Amino acid sequence: MSESEKPVCLKSYFRLCAVVFLVVVCTTSAMIATSFSHIGEGWTLKVALILAIAVVNAFLVAGYLMHLLSEKKLIYIVLGFTVFFFIGLLGLTLGAMFGFPTGTISH
Amino acid sequence: MEIPYTIQIRPDTGLYNAKLGIWLFLASEVMLFGGLFSAYILLRVGAEPGMWPHGWLNVTLGTVNTLLLALSAITTLLAWAACKVRDFRKFKIFHACTILLALTFLGIKSYEYHDKLIHYEVQLTNGKFADGHLIEKSADFDLAKKTGTVTLHGRIVEDEKDLMDLRATPAEKPAEITVAAADIKKMENYGPKHNTFTAIYFTLTGLHALHILGGTIVIFYLWAFGGAMWKTDPERFTNRIEVSGLFWHFVDLVWIFLFPVLYLT
Repeated sequence: MSESEKPVCLKSYFRLCAVVFLVVVCTTSAMIATSFSHIGEGWTLKVALILAIAVVNAFLVAGYLMHLLSEKKLIYIVLGFTVFFFIGLLGLTLGAMFGFPTGTISH
Repeated sequence: MEIPYTIQIRPDTGLYNAKLGIWLFLASEVMLFGGLFSAYILLRVGAEPGMWPHGWLNVTLGTVNTLLLALSAITTLLAWAACKVRDFRKFKIFHACTILLALTFLGIKSYEYHDKLIHYEVQLTNGKFADGHLIEKSADFDLAKKTGTVTLHGRIVEDEKDLMDLRATPAEKPAEITVAAADIKKMENYGPKHNTFTAIYFTLTGLHALHILGGTIVIFYLWAFGGAMWKTDPERFTNRIEVSGLFWHFVDLVWIFLFPVLYLT
């Protein structure tokens, strides 16, 4: 049974929402602190850290607010395909960046 | 004709039809935004060294918008939970909050857009750059005829690169600058055509704002006119709220990545 089919208790949802919102506030603060900190040379490490925190944030929203932690198999299959094609999309773009024809002048 | 599986679970999928439909739609939305995110990566990695902007956007406003959307996602979930326990009054309260939060988000976004559209970069004939918010143009200002003056609240820099990383620039107080049209080589606001950053910023956030607007219209429709269905078929109405809520959470998810990518990095 998926989460949305189970009987609902409004009070427990209030508690869940309060916890999720608190964590979102904390993760957002962590992202801002990382952005303004002096970690590493340049932006590479900072971008990686900030995106990692954003993934935690996204997991909370998708997992708890969208009930993805307890969904039906078909939805996981749909999302599996989506992730596969999404990674393919990014991979093709990044691959194209290094696929210049011979003689291309780059800055 | 009765539409099948609006409430009952379809045996082969284990879901009611609208729920599978919205997830398939969200999958296509992931690819839409994925394409734009990959365009962002391409533009950013391909930018000349030192020419990718940092600190151009207002982090405080971005943070407020992040929290507003997070709150609206929560009120959406609570609205659905209220429907599940058959409390229509609470549903109305929670979704009214969602609508107000969404409109506030759009209001802040509009303010940010306006701020960019009145922000000008002026290339001077002496090779320097004047940069700041437009205060006024003289009545006879005409760039083509080289007449009149323009007044900005900002600063003058030697090189365009000095305008790229606003966080690295030593904090100097912006002042009022008046420039004669005769001294201007090129004058352009920070609209979508200014550079690749503003182009992808307006595209990504504009598309996201359209999703917010669309979601708000749907939520408002359910909030204002859902009473009739609630009386006749509350289970089906609850499913509609769940489906619209899933879309709303997706919009929140997109912003969770847009905020750090555009405002913090």
